[in-house]
Amino acid sequence: MSDSAVSEVDAPAEPQSPPRPRRDLAKPVRAVAWLALLVVLLALPLYLDAAWLKAGQYMMIGAVGAIGLTLVVGQAGQLSLAHAFFLLAGGTAYSVLSGPTGDDRVVGFGLDPGLSLLGAVVVAALLGLAFAPVAGRLRGIYLGVASLALVFLGLYFGQSAEELTGGTSTGRTPAPFSLFGFPFTNDGPEISLLGVPIRQAERTWYLFLLLTVVAFVVARGAVRGRVGRSWRAVRDNEAAAAVMGVSVMRAKAGAFAVSSAYGGLAGAMTVLWFDILKPDESEFGTYGINVSIAYLAMVIIGGLGSVSGALVGALIVNGLPQVLALYSADLGWFSGTGDGALTPILVSSFVYGAAIVLVVLFEPGGLAAIGRRITRKTQEEK
Amino acid sequence: MNTFLQLVVNGLGKGAVFALLALGFVIIFKATEVVNFAHGSLVLFGGYLVVVTRDALGWVGASLVGIVSAGLLALAVERLLLSRSRHADANSLALLTIGVDVIVTEEIVRRLGVTLPFLGDAWDAKPFQLGGITLFRTHLVALGVAAVLITAFWLAFKYSNWGVAMRAQAENREAAALMGIRSSRVTATAWLVAGLLAGVAVLFIATQDFSGAGLSRGTHSIALAAFPAAILGGLDSTAGAVVGGLVVGLVEALSAQYVSFDFSKSAVFLVMLVVLVVRPSGLFGTRERTRV
Repeated sequence: MSDSAVSEVDAPAEPQSPPRPRRDLAKPVRAVAWLALLVVLLALPLYLDAAWLKAGQYMMIGAVGAIGLTLVVGQAGQLSLAHAFFLLAGGTAYSVLSGPTGDDRVVGFGLDPGLSLLGAVVVAALLGLAFAPVAGRLRGIYLGVASLALVFLGLYFGQSAEELTGGTSTGRTPAPFSLFGFPFTNDGPEISLLGVPIRQAERTWYLFLLLTVVAFVVARGAVRGRVGRSWRAVRDNEAAAAVMGVSVMRAKAGAFAVSSAYGGLAGAMTVLWFDILKPDESEFGTYGINVSIAYLAMVIIGGLGSVSGALVGALIVNGLPQVLALYSADLGWFSGTGDGALTPILVSSFVYGAAIVLVVLFEPGGLAAIGRRITRKTQEEK
Repeated sequence: MNTFLQLVVNGLGKGAVFALLALGFVIIFKATEVVNFAHGSLVLFGGYLVVVTRDALGWVGASLVGIVSAGLLALAVERLLLSRSRHADANSLALLTIGVDVIVTEEIVRRLGVTLPFLGDAWDAKPFQLGGITLFRTHLVALGVAAVLITAFWLAFKYSNWGVAMRAQAENREAAALMGIRSSRVTATAWLVAGLLAGVAVLFIATQDFSGAGLSRGTHSIALAAFPAAILGGLDSTAGAVVGGLVVGLVEALSAQYVSFDFSKSAVFLVMLVVLVVRPSGLFGTRERTRV
């Protein structure tokens, strides 16, 4: 992942002299664009119905997870196939921490849901740290397959630790989310905005949007700061990084822990989205190897290491099955059932499989590189 | 004691199949430094063609078709995709194979639908007794076939022109090219051979004796267990692939019996993790050195 990965910070530097005053324009323009996007996202619940909001929430789960993965794979150059494991860990931690006490079937601590969400992130990060000594010793593909071990351990954990996960047959219901006593369900105070009642779908949309924005801002900060520089130094050449005073082990462990924290958050969001924690029976499921690969696909399609690219990747990989499923009812597509039917999930698997192949073949920098090229072009034409 | 002996024999039989698959990873990795994540889909593809053609051709003909087509698919992936992107580094190409794997696997699983056919018709599926041990014919045939193929490969690798070229390229790509070795031909053959081995392996995987399940998505995930086999042996070691395969087979058989069936899948990965922590490049792999 090392040489071909182009992060936004590594974009070939523009010649410094003669100074180009137009460059100064790019920054405010970009800020305005981000702001406009945020305004649109804030306004969407007023116009979309619940099904579309649900689809949007799923894309935001993908975005949070993919941002985390792009940090470790693209920025720190460590291939990780363990993301599905951290989703399961985060989802389980949230369910256990927030679960009701006194249920003799499953363990619960009855903590505040907001606190439990934080706890899920911390638990996932700690698990990531626990794997760090292994991750630190291994490189490239060896690390990729080693991290795959976590997914299989997660599968076994989900099957056997029924007091925590609820078991594969029934699963367990997580406590509905609430923040300082404000419920993100249809209960509680009736609120309406511009005549639109703000109910569960809208409330969860805003919650997920907030989490996604925080995840995005933190990741951008990390990438642009000292931490990100040390990650990229380790990615590009471990020996050189060590010579320059970067603690290689610490950088690697840090990247892994941060990425698993993101995975844990995405996992807690997943559990809230499904309204159930249900560990997989086989290695293909909600927390299986195919999910790890889907997250990797988001990262590759977006452009390894690019935080905004990860957002676009999530939009494609997690969004496509949702959007296709919603449209198919209107268009009469995918109405076939049973043997050999084309389902929205299948179609989107084909699309992202093909997207990975095309991206590696023609645009190793991913969609982020295309975006970068477009902005550069428009600036030159001005 | 008898149970233990029986488990060892079964484990070795399974392990022989994992060795065939792991050898495929290793051959490709040696020739191109690419890890082929699409190996599981080659397995499925070969198996699917056996299912499609066996009514018309019988088991022997269909198996040949399956083996050859798995090889040809591997060749096509290399010629059409990988050889066209020389500028990309090996890790990006490994990711590319993930894309290929997703497409091929999804399509074949879709075509299979709910029919999960068994492939092993050629030999009697009934287990037989030998000195108090119950043996499965599939395991014995697998052991025999794997022994023959691996020996043949090893001889070819050691003595044939192709083997010399291959070893030269694995040692130093540029130098080999300068000495007149056609790198593209070596690479293409490596992929072809790996695909053929995957095609042979599926004949054993999708049987009653081996997995208890027919050709399905599960077949793909069994092929995935060859991954830890290749890794724990060392990705660039052919002997490592054989040892790794046998270790994986034994670990799976023993842990399924003595711990639990659910645990056996993760046990394989756990053993791999332990080996990697002690030897980061696998048991027989070349250590990576950095020159400063």
